[in-house]
Amino acid sequence: MSDFVDGFWNLYIAGISIVSIIGCAVLLTMQHQKRIPGQAVGTTGHEWDEDLAEYNNALPKWWMWLFWITIVFALLYLALYPGLGTFKGMLGWSSTGQYKAEQASADTQYGPVFAKYGAMEIPAIAKDPQGRAMGERLFLTYCSQCHGSDARGAKGYPNLADGDWLYGGDPAVILASIMEWRNGVMPPMGAAVGGPDGVKELANYVLSLSGSTHDAKLAEAGKAKFAVCAACHGPEAKGNPQLGAPNLTDKTWLYGGSLATISETIDKGRANRMPAHKDFLGPERSRILAAYVWGLSGTQVAPK
Amino acid sequence: MNDTQYNYKVVRQFAVMTVIWGIVGMLVGVIIAAQLAWPALNFDIPFLTYGRLRPLHTNAVIFAFGGSALFATSYYAVQRTCHTRLFGGPLAAFTFWGWQLIIVLAAVTLPLGFTTGKEYAELEWPIDILIAVVWVSYAIVFFGTLATRKVKHIYVANWFFGAFILTVALLHIVNSIESPAGFLKSYSAYAGVQDAMVQWWYGHNAVGFFLTAGFLGMMYYFVPKQAGRPVYSYRLSIVHFWALIFTYMWAGPHHLHYTALPDWAQSLGMVFSLILLAPSWGGMINGIMTLSGAWHKLRTDPILKFLIVSLSFYGMSTFEGPMMSIKTVNALSHYTDWTVGHVHSGALGWVAMISVGSLYYLIPRLFGRSEMYSVKAITLHFWTTTIGIVLYIASMWIAGVMQGLMWRAVNDDGTLTYTFVESVKATYPYYVIRLTGGVLVLSGMFVMLWNVVKTIGAGKAVEATIPAVSAGSGFDAPAHAH
Repeated sequence: MSDFVDGFWNLYIAGISIVSIIGCAVLLTMQHQKRIPGQAVGTTGHEWDEDLAEYNNALPKWWMWLFWITIVFALLYLALYPGLGTFKGMLGWSSTGQYKAEQASADTQYGPVFAKYGAMEIPAIAKDPQGRAMGERLFLTYCSQCHGSDARGAKGYPNLADGDWLYGGDPAVILASIMEWRNGVMPPMGAAVGGPDGVKELANYVLSLSGSTHDAKLAEAGKAKFAVCAACHGPEAKGNPQLGAPNLTDKTWLYGGSLATISETIDKGRANRMPAHKDFLGPERSRILAAYVWGLSGTQVAPK
Repeated sequence: MNDTQYNYKVVRQFAVMTVIWGIVGMLVGVIIAAQLAWPALNFDIPFLTYGRLRPLHTNAVIFAFGGSALFATSYYAVQRTCHTRLFGGPLAAFTFWGWQLIIVLAAVTLPLGFTTGKEYAELEWPIDILIAVVWVSYAIVFFGTLATRKVKHIYVANWFFGAFILTVALLHIVNSIESPAGFLKSYSAYAGVQDAMVQWWYGHNAVGFFLTAGFLGMMYYFVPKQAGRPVYSYRLSIVHFWALIFTYMWAGPHHLHYTALPDWAQSLGMVFSLILLAPSWGGMINGIMTLSGAWHKLRTDPILKFLIVSLSFYGMSTFEGPMMSIKTVNALSHYTDWTVGHVHSGALGWVAMISVGSLYYLIPRLFGRSEMYSVKAITLHFWTTTIGIVLYIASMWIAGVMQGLMWRAVNDDGTLTYTFVESVKATYPYYVIRLTGGVLVLSGMFVMLWNVVKTIGAGKAVEATIPAVSAGSGFDAPAHAH
């Protein structure tokens, strides 16, 4: 165990623990006093502040029993479970062991439920009512924290139900997004486009691309500055699924489509990441999830 | 300054501020309870958000309300049971003004977002240093008074007050070791799981010494005084005192079950938490059994009702605590509102009720009256508080167990039956019931404020003369016959 840097600390912890528990027992035994039936209990004879005094009643029996039971329990527990320094306990229990055992039992129990989907095509899973229901439950457990219970996303978290895709809506691509990670980074462009004024002009131009409300004069001035954006977003600003660069002409916004938000995005850039789920969920569950997410946009799943 | 009189001025100051800070702290509690039911109530204003007001609430009720109550009662009890004026002259006044300054600084910096992020130790390093200075002064006043006592034996209340003062100094200083990175920014000297362990060693002993040992000291003075009966058992107080202060030190790891904390530390935290049950209950038995022979007084005396019901809540939460420290129970209860209910059965049921009961005894005596302006108002306060607390903790128990069960429920395919937000939605009615309970408790505090203002208005600040050393004090009476 790495938390004991040498043998001394093992003895220190084990020794002090045992002495402490025995100490409680000794204290209890020392203060044990037989009750003499019929004899009135007197005070200790000490007196404070006019009328404060103390009777010298014996320790209540039931209370002593309670104390003894906890002491015995403590000693038994420390014999069975880790606690006394590096001594692992007679049961050999550890929290890591418990976690692994629970995970193994879950795999045994739930593995077969997922197994048949491992070989199915993603569109076929999306058509399978049981597969879809399971996908929804998986989504609510693992994805809803960021993408929302209805998969409609939030600021910085893509809407998965609108048919608009950053990396493309192909089932295989969605599966890759789930299993691998996605790193959506736009560098800060404020300086490159000429400071606050340049940002304002460019932002108006970006708004004009989707026909959103904008200042035509500023947009005109910003047009030439878009050249630096075209590297990722494309000359027509239609985006690039290879890079996850969004289409800027469609009024679908990841961070918001107001002038202020777009200006902030241009000026400071954006960094976002979806973590990899491959090791965590495994291939079958990722596949069921991909089918569910793919099916959310509606039209792909033609009813049969 | 007159050495023939007790120092009542500092007691009066702390006693009055206890009521004020109680209202402030509980009002903030009511606001954040309302925000949990209706999140829009933060109005999107940063300093009104839950994350900033919650530490303000905990600091205000624990350190401002509870702290002032402990200062008032310990200063009162230690002088009167040592038959000598508070030690250190102006140092006692310094602790009052210093402590109030700390509270004001907390009330300003926490809503502005200055925090170390350590629960119950959120205040930034300049305030931490001020706390250490005031606390060491408190220790000098208290232990100086004990050292200059005119009676031989140290009364049991002072054992508990003393343990509380010493330990809180140790806890605060060790947990607050941090490296400043600016005037109101610092980083803890500890890292990772060590930081978590130091933090919960501090956190749990803040409960054990600030909120338990300190208030047991209060109990050991005010319960026998108000009941007019001797303490039930000297022997029991010895056993439970030593066992309690010793065992509490070990219990912190139960806040870190099933985390990166090594298994052996979690196990030790759990078994010592269980051993803690009997020592904790020793205080309850000693308090409640002090009333034996005088049970009838409970029917008519609302102050005794406060004191005895507080001991019942104490017994209940010190039973619940060890149970929740058992790993399998903790696996259900941890991170749920059950914990919040548990904390409040201790904080409202035990800490607030014993403080309020003690203040109702104390305040008239500090202002030259035999009782509060309105005894009926004390009864009203008792019932609003009791009903409020029951609503609070019952709703949080139900909510907590429900959350724990919803979070662990799984479907046939191993997926979670409920999303997190579904458990939040299901908790909504219980949040509203909890808020109702909180409003009741707060309204009782307003009744108290009115009663205190009337009592002060009808009386006037008095000083008390230190009596000559009595026969039972032990210095001049070597033998006792019974």
